Amino acid sequence: MELERTRIQITACAKTYADGTRGLQPTTLTVEPGEVLALLGPSGCGKTTLLRIIAGLETPDAGGRILFGDADVTPLPVEQRGIGMVFQHYALFPQMSVAANIGYGLKIRGISDAERTRTVGELVDLVRLNGLEHKRPADLSGGQRQRVALARAVAVRPKVLLLDEPLTALDAKLKESLRDELAEMLRRLHITAVYVTHDQQEALAIADRLAVMHAGRIVQVGDGEALYRTPTDPFVATFLGRVNRLVRTPEDRSLNTMSFGGLRVACSASQADQTTLLVRPEDIEVGEFGSGWGQAMVTRRSFLGDRIQLTLATQTNISLNADVSRDHVAKCGDIVGIRIAPERLMPSLEPS
Amino acid sequence: MRINPKTPRLLIGVTLMVSIFMLAPIGLSVMAGLVSSYSAGIKSGLTLRWLKEVLDVYGSTITWSLMLGLLCVLGNLLIGVPCAYALARSKSRAARLFEELLTLPVAVPGLATALALILTYGHMRDFRQSFAFILVGHMVFTLPFMVRTVSSAFQRNDLLAMEEAARTLGASFLQRFLGVLVPAVLPAIVAGSLMVFTLSVGEFNLTWMLHTPLTRTLPVGLADSYASMRIEIGSAYTLVFLLVILPVLWGLQAIGKLIEKHHGT
Repeated sequence: MELERTRIQITACAKTYADGTRGLQPTTLTVEPGEVLALLGPSGCGKTTLLRIIAGLETPDAGGRILFGDADVTPLPVEQRGIGMVFQHYALFPQMSVAANIGYGLKIRGISDAERTRTVGELVDLVRLNGLEHKRPADLSGGQRQRVALARAVAVRPKVLLLDEPLTALDAKLKESLRDELAEMLRRLHITAVYVTHDQQEALAIADRLAVMHAGRIVQVGDGEALYRTPTDPFVATFLGRVNRLVRTPEDRSLNTMSFGGLRVACSASQADQTTLLVRPEDIEVGEFGSGWGQAMVTRRSFLGDRIQLTLATQTNISLNADVSRDHVAKCGDIVGIRIAPERLMPSLEPS
Repeated sequence: MRINPKTPRLLIGVTLMVSIFMLAPIGLSVMAGLVSSYSAGIKSGLTLRWLKEVLDVYGSTITWSLMLGLLCVLGNLLIGVPCAYALARSKSRAARLFEELLTLPVAVPGLATALALILTYGHMRDFRQSFAFILVGHMVFTLPFMVRTVSSAFQRNDLLAMEEAARTLGASFLQRFLGVLVPAVLPAIVAGSLMVFTLSVGEFNLTWMLHTPLTRTLPVGLADSYASMRIEIGSAYTLVFLLVILPVLWGLQAIGKLIEKHHGT
C-alpha cells in the first residue's frame, strides 16, 4: 500500500484551557515527509495536547497554524483533515467485525463494496490478521486489536498518521515484541507519523527523531543517539536514560574541575558555572585502583542479567551507580578504581 | 435447585418462610379467580366463567395497555436516547439542572403530575379524551429511567474514544451517532426499554387521574373491577394480568439477553 508523504508544519501552536492553565506553550515543529517523530515526555508535559491539536480534536489558541504540505488545515475540523489516528486503548467498534472496523472509514467515504473489500483484504495481509476478519474485537488479543486499530487508521489513506501511546495497554513482554513489529510496519507504510509516548525505549526503537517535551514545551529535538549522547538540556539527560549527580566542591568550581574518589579531572570551559554535573552509569569506568584512578568502595552489586549495576561510595559522593559488564569481578565491599572521561560529564543546569 | 450442605438450617427455614409469605397472596388471588364462589371456597368447584367475563368487559384494556407500553418505549427511544447523549456530553450546570428536573415526576406523586397535565391541557377536548393524553403522562413518568440508564452508558470513557475514532475516520455526527454510538450502548438501551415498558404497563397512579371511561388501561380496569364487581372477577382479572404480562416480559428479557450476547462487549 503506497501512501502519501506529507510534511507537517506546526507554527506557534499553544493551548490554554478554559480555567486559564497552559497545557502547551507556543510550539513550533516540523515533521519531514515520511518521517516517524516521537513526542516523548512524562505525563502532563503537553505531548497528547499537541497530538490532538495536529489531529484537530483540539483547537490551538489564536495565532497557531498547522500545515499539511502546503495546505493550511488549521480551520478544518478533524473529520476533514485526512488523518489516521491510533488511540491509547484502540477505541475499536465492539459491535463490528475486524473487517468492518478496518473498512469503516471507507464506508463513510462511500467507497464501493468491491473496492472496500479489496482494500480491507490488502490491509489484513499487511497487518497479518488473516483468518480473523469476521471476529469481534472482544475475541482478539491485545496485540491483534492494536493491529486492527492501525489498519483502520491507514485504510483511508491518511495524509498523516497519529499514534497516542498505542502500546500502553499491553503487558511489558508483549509490548517489546509489538514495539519492533509496529516500527517495522511504520517503515513499510512509509507515512509521516507522530507517535506520542512516555516510554523512552519505545521512542528510541520506533522513531526517526524525538521531540522531548517538558512542562508544556519541546526542550530538544533530534535523533535518539544525539539526544542521548549530547543532551542540550538537563531534563533530556535525566529523562532519556539514567544519570548520577556529581556535586562540585568550591575548589572544583574555581578551578573548573571535577573531583571524585581523590581524582581530579579538568572540565570543558562551558561547564565553569555548574555546581553539579551529570554522568551516566555506563560512562563510569570501574577497574583496579592505582595511579590515575579515583578510589571507591562497592556497597552493592546487583546482577541485572545483561549487565551488573554497582553502587559505589566515594569520600565526596555517598553513592554512584555504575554499569559494568556481567563478567566484572568486583564484589560487594571491594575497593575499586573509578575513571570518568571528562567529555562524558554533562551539565545539570541550563546555560545561563 | 441445589442447596449447599453447609448452609445453616435456620437460614433455609427463614428463606422458606419469607417465600411462602410472599407467594401465598399471589396463589390465593389466582385461586379466588378460579373458584365458583369465594365465600364457599374450593368446595364450590372451579370455573373459567369469571375469566370469560373479564375478557368480555375489560378485554380492550389489555390491548391498550400493551399498545401504550410499546408506544411509550418508542417515544423514549426517539426522545430519551438523543436527550441522554446530549446530557452525557454537556458539562454545563443547566444540563445538570435539567437532569434533576427530569427526575422530578418520579418523586412527585403521580396524582400531582396528572393534575398539572389536566390543568394545562385539559381544555383540548380531543387530546384529553384520547389515549395520547395517557401516553404523555407515561412518557413524563418513564423518561428519566431511560435517560439515566442510557446517559451513564454514553459517559463511559471508551465511548468518548470511540466517538473520536469515528470522527478521525470522517464520520459526520449522524453517521457516528447511529452507526457507532447507539450500537455501542444497545445493551443499556434494551435495559432501559424493558424498564420503561414494565413501568408503563403497571402504572396506576397517574393513569387513574388521566383516564376517561373510554380510555382505560389494565391497572385502571383492575381497580374498577375490584371496586364495582364481585371479588371473583377482580381476582380473575389479576390472573389475566399475570397471564398477559409475564410472557411478554419473559419474551422481552430473552430478546434483551440475545442482543447483549450478540453484542459481546
